[in-house]
Amino acid sequence: MRLRNPFGRKTKEFPSHLWTQCPSCGEMLFNKQLERNHRVCQKCGHHFKLGALERIDLLADAKSFSETDADIVSSDPLGFVDSKPYPERIAAAQAKSGHKDAVLTGDAQIAGIPVALAVMDFEFMGGSMGSVVGEKLTRTAERAYADRKPLVIVSASGGARMQEGTIALMQLAKTVAAVARLDEAAIPFISVLTDPTTGGVLASFASLGDIVLAEPGALIGFSGARVTSETIGEKLPKGFQRSEFLLEHGFVDQVVPRTQLKERIAFFLNAFRVAGQDLRWSL
Amino acid sequence: MSMLDRIVGSRRGTEGNGHLVVEAGLITDATQLASGRPTPWQTVQTARNIARPHALDIIGRVFEQFQELHGDRSFRDDPAIIGGIAQLEGRPVIVVGQQKGSSTEENIVRNFGMPYPEGYRKAMRLYRLAQKFHLPLVTLVDTPGAYPGPEAEERGQAEAIASSIQLMTRLAVPVVVVVLGEGGSGGALALGVGDVVLALENATYSVISPEGCAAILWRSASEAERAAVAMKLAGPDLLETGVADALIREPAGGAHTDHDATAAAIKSALVAQLDRLSRVPVADLLSLRYERFRSFGMFVEPDGGAAPAPAQPWWRRILKNPLEKGGL
Repeated sequence: MRLRNPFGRKTKEFPSHLWTQCPSCGEMLFNKQLERNHRVCQKCGHHFKLGALERIDLLADAKSFSETDADIVSSDPLGFVDSKPYPERIAAAQAKSGHKDAVLTGDAQIAGIPVALAVMDFEFMGGSMGSVVGEKLTRTAERAYADRKPLVIVSASGGARMQEGTIALMQLAKTVAAVARLDEAAIPFISVLTDPTTGGVLASFASLGDIVLAEPGALIGFSGARVTSETIGEKLPKGFQRSEFLLEHGFVDQVVPRTQLKERIAFFLNAFRVAGQDLRWSL
Repeated sequence: MSMLDRIVGSRRGTEGNGHLVVEAGLITDATQLASGRPTPWQTVQTARNIARPHALDIIGRVFEQFQELHGDRSFRDDPAIIGGIAQLEGRPVIVVGQQKGSSTEENIVRNFGMPYPEGYRKAMRLYRLAQKFHLPLVTLVDTPGAYPGPEAEERGQAEAIASSIQLMTRLAVPVVVVVLGEGGSGGALALGVGDVVLALENATYSVISPEGCAAILWRSASEAERAAVAMKLAGPDLLETGVADALIREPAGGAHTDHDATAAAIKSALVAQLDRLSRVPVADLLSLRYERFRSFGMFVEPDGGAAPAPAQPWWRRILKNPLEKGGL
């Protein structure tokens, strides 16, 4: 029989609620410190995924975020059942993430500049875009249009939500139509791509920012690995769909470390302001 | 469509030459379909039938004097997307479509109808041409999806699709979309944003191929048949969800049995639709097109909740005036 060690905990060296191992460099990171560093590894700069609330804390000025359309929830347009029914998946995702769906939207200020802000959360069904995400993003863009203030969308999504079938596909056109109106009215739209941004989200609004920023090392690409291997029978090379790859090929403007993200967004927002005017756009 | 009908309908009385959707031999209600419908999986097979009329087969029979235009002016000419200027009953239009092959050799050349980014950029060049010279645009959708390979990633497949959708949402000319066979995901939608979206009776339109869906949700492509049923990608479902405004009747046995009859049905539908769209002012076309795609989505919003009702959307304000005046 083993005796309990009277001098504290030694049997389990790295309890997971206190420590996280960096998948990139293997360093053991103290959770509290990791949170304080916005979930970026202090040693190698690996960017862990960030939840929507933490992302809002990172970007929006303190207490400036007011959520909109918080109560929209998904219905089950197709009666979709794979291994479990879609409503059960929704309920499980809501319990797991604490959000109603995969995006939080609202009004906020970034360095004092009022913006319409939308932040996706990968924890909720892989950040997939169905009716609720499409509607909330569209309303956010329409609010930006109506108030003539810039739109900032932070994407983290596997793509369209298959469980909503073609309705989910139509969300691509719906969201794009909404940001296209901002484009015509010269209202700035800054798109931030985080790990991962793929499929229907990248193939719609996320690619259309006036400025497209990406976090280091994020998976960003059109087709998912499984679809590629099923369709063309070959696998994409490693590192093929990373932020740096997109930067090299000309599809993102900058790869920005998370700690500098807010000031960089603020810089662009300031640059697009018309001289001599207050914080509102009145073109 | 209903809003378009109301606008065009209000003028029909004075002009007396309006085309009703039904007059053009279109199916607008699932109950109009024959009762012995094929299963979704059979529809997928029919839509993929190699003998089915593809874009050029249709263009040759529907339009006169088609002159194909090549290249995206930047990288190369993508054979999976074809386009050009043609005449429809003597009036010039721009036609763009995805082109599958009708033999294995041709399919290799056409990349099985899976466009590269340069294909979409060629399409965009032609959209802009349509806008510049005020020509209506007809697009023919028939693709398993945009090509998902490494070269396509390198050249920005997602950006090309996104930009193409964006351009179509704001294109200031009438746009009619016809889904001929497979409407595969974003790769199809890049040609699929129009004022009116028609589909052949046995066409499909889906967020992902049944195989792809099965690979992700069931972790096996062999569950594609189940996925096809679950995704509701066939004609009656498209009518129900409003993804297609109307279906074009195919000859008994399917479009592959009679290309001429299929093309004739498409032609009469196109003529009727372009005729009615050409009578709608462009500003209204654009706001109606916005509303058409804006309205997709099924969700529950508890009223009286914390969420404030959105202020009257801009498009409703725009729409209100012409309708209240009882005409445009």
